[in-house]
Amino acid sequence: MAHLAVTPWVPFAYLVAGVCFILALRGLSSPATSRAGNRYGMFGMTIAVVTTLVTHEIASLPEIIGAIAVGGVIGFITARKIKMTDMPQLVAAFHSLVGLAAVLVGLAAYLNPIAFGIAGADGVIEPQSRVEMGLGIAIGAITFSGSIIAFLKLAGKMSGSPILLPGRHVINLGTLIAILGLVGYFTQDQSQWVIVTITVLSFLIGFLLIVPIGGADMPVVVSMLNSYSGWAAAAMGFTLHNTAMIITGALVGSSGAILSYIMCKAMNRGFLSVIAGGFGADAGAGGGAGGAPKEQRPWKRGSAEDAAFIMKEAENVIIIPGYGMAVAQAQHVLREMGDQLKKHGVNVKYAIHPVAGRMPGHMNVLLAEANVPYDEVFELEDINGEFAQADVAFIIGANDVVNPAARTDKSSPIYGMPVFDVDKAKTVFFIKRSMGGVGYAGVDNDVFYMDQTMMLLADAKKMVEEINKALAD
Amino acid sequence: MDFISILSIFVMACFVGYYVVWSVTPALHTPLMAVTNAISSVIVVGALVAAAAAGSPAAKWLGLVAVALASVNIFGGFAVTERMLAMYKKKDKGPAKGGKH
Repeated sequence: MAHLAVTPWVPFAYLVAGVCFILALRGLSSPATSRAGNRYGMFGMTIAVVTTLVTHEIASLPEIIGAIAVGGVIGFITARKIKMTDMPQLVAAFHSLVGLAAVLVGLAAYLNPIAFGIAGADGVIEPQSRVEMGLGIAIGAITFSGSIIAFLKLAGKMSGSPILLPGRHVINLGTLIAILGLVGYFTQDQSQWVIVTITVLSFLIGFLLIVPIGGADMPVVVSMLNSYSGWAAAAMGFTLHNTAMIITGALVGSSGAILSYIMCKAMNRGFLSVIAGGFGADAGAGGGAGGAPKEQRPWKRGSAEDAAFIMKEAENVIIIPGYGMAVAQAQHVLREMGDQLKKHGVNVKYAIHPVAGRMPGHMNVLLAEANVPYDEVFELEDINGEFAQADVAFIIGANDVVNPAARTDKSSPIYGMPVFDVDKAKTVFFIKRSMGGVGYAGVDNDVFYMDQTMMLLADAKKMVEEINKALAD
Repeated sequence: MDFISILSIFVMACFVGYYVVWSVTPALHTPLMAVTNAISSVIVVGALVAAAAAGSPAAKWLGLVAVALASVNIFGGFAVTERMLAMYKKKDKGPAKGGKH
């Protein structure tokens, strides 16, 4: 059997690369250490690539350098140009690439097993490697097609509403069982049709799994696909007996799984019910007591001048940004508003719900981009106790995450979801385009009708600009 | 390496991953996803093996395409993470740029 490891230094080098990747994630425990962490990541990757290149007979180096250069330039330019609001799409697209790369590596290992040291001179692949290879290809293919759908939904190139096929659970389960059965059969029969069928079915199931999931659940989906891309890398690491790939795969796999868990918990949704899909389908269809148009209730409309006047006099203002703020590109004017208020001696804090934005931590990045210092930005559980002392809660582009029905109304679809207690603030300003629309969950919000609430009906950016003007006067 | 050593590394790494990721501050969850994206492209190692080996032209081309795809991710992932992390700043204590120290 041809073994890759020529010297003991080779596995050692891959181990070092793996440790660098652990340090890369460790660095993210605080913004202060995060950039050093990222450097560790780059360093680890360099070690892994260089080690591979110097320990293998290379038939044609220029082609490999060319492939790296083409990919590298595309990646680098994309990373430079991408808008921060489009980050979720970019991440989904990147996931799809990892998935596809895993599929291609798996197929290449199938076609040339001797080069990978997983077959004897007769070209018969070891049964254990076949399982690893089959699973790696399957997970990679699911990651690829699932991420493509997630990308299309996030980029708005495909409707965000769930597409529900009849009998989809049966089809999905059947396909999954077929894939697993074929991987088992692959250990007995190394024929090409088996691996090709596994690949095709896995592409199909990735597509089928993500299509029924609605836009509101995309943060979970993106995290889940992140996890899959890790497991795909780990499976390939098993095939290649490569510690760097195994360590990385395990890290990324757990990372995505934890993020999915955090997102599910923040929406009070079970992971399985997210996977089953369909959430948000009946928005506006009048579901539930908390849902859809009730009788008209009185509400108060405020103006930019009102908001400016009250906030200027306030002691504590808590700003709650949601994805609507990002859509309106209001983050920069919002930060200016915060700066002006601070000049008036107001204590300004930003409160971020875990599912604000389209992916975990998305809102934090958007605020950071607008130069909001990260020590003014607080997570839900850290700030929720402060609303009782807050003079103003300023809600911009968020809705479901401030809905008290999540605490009180058992029949509401968002019941049990942790929300900001904005109803405890003395005054609430709620920027909203019009009174008609509802949040993702399609639920009415009692905050609109509270005595202390003033609705600021306008485009978020225009409204904040007007408030800024009024503050400057 | 035999299967059980590899499996041990994998299981241990899952635990390391679990604890390390829970220690990541929620404010950095987006960079976390971007950087995990970049490092999971360590799969490029497999792609390089395929692209470097003689013997099967088909495998070589699959490998080369995989090298290119993984490179998009590696360069793109690290670069976009770097870009994001550079935006996270603490409260300005002193005067703005050009001020005294």
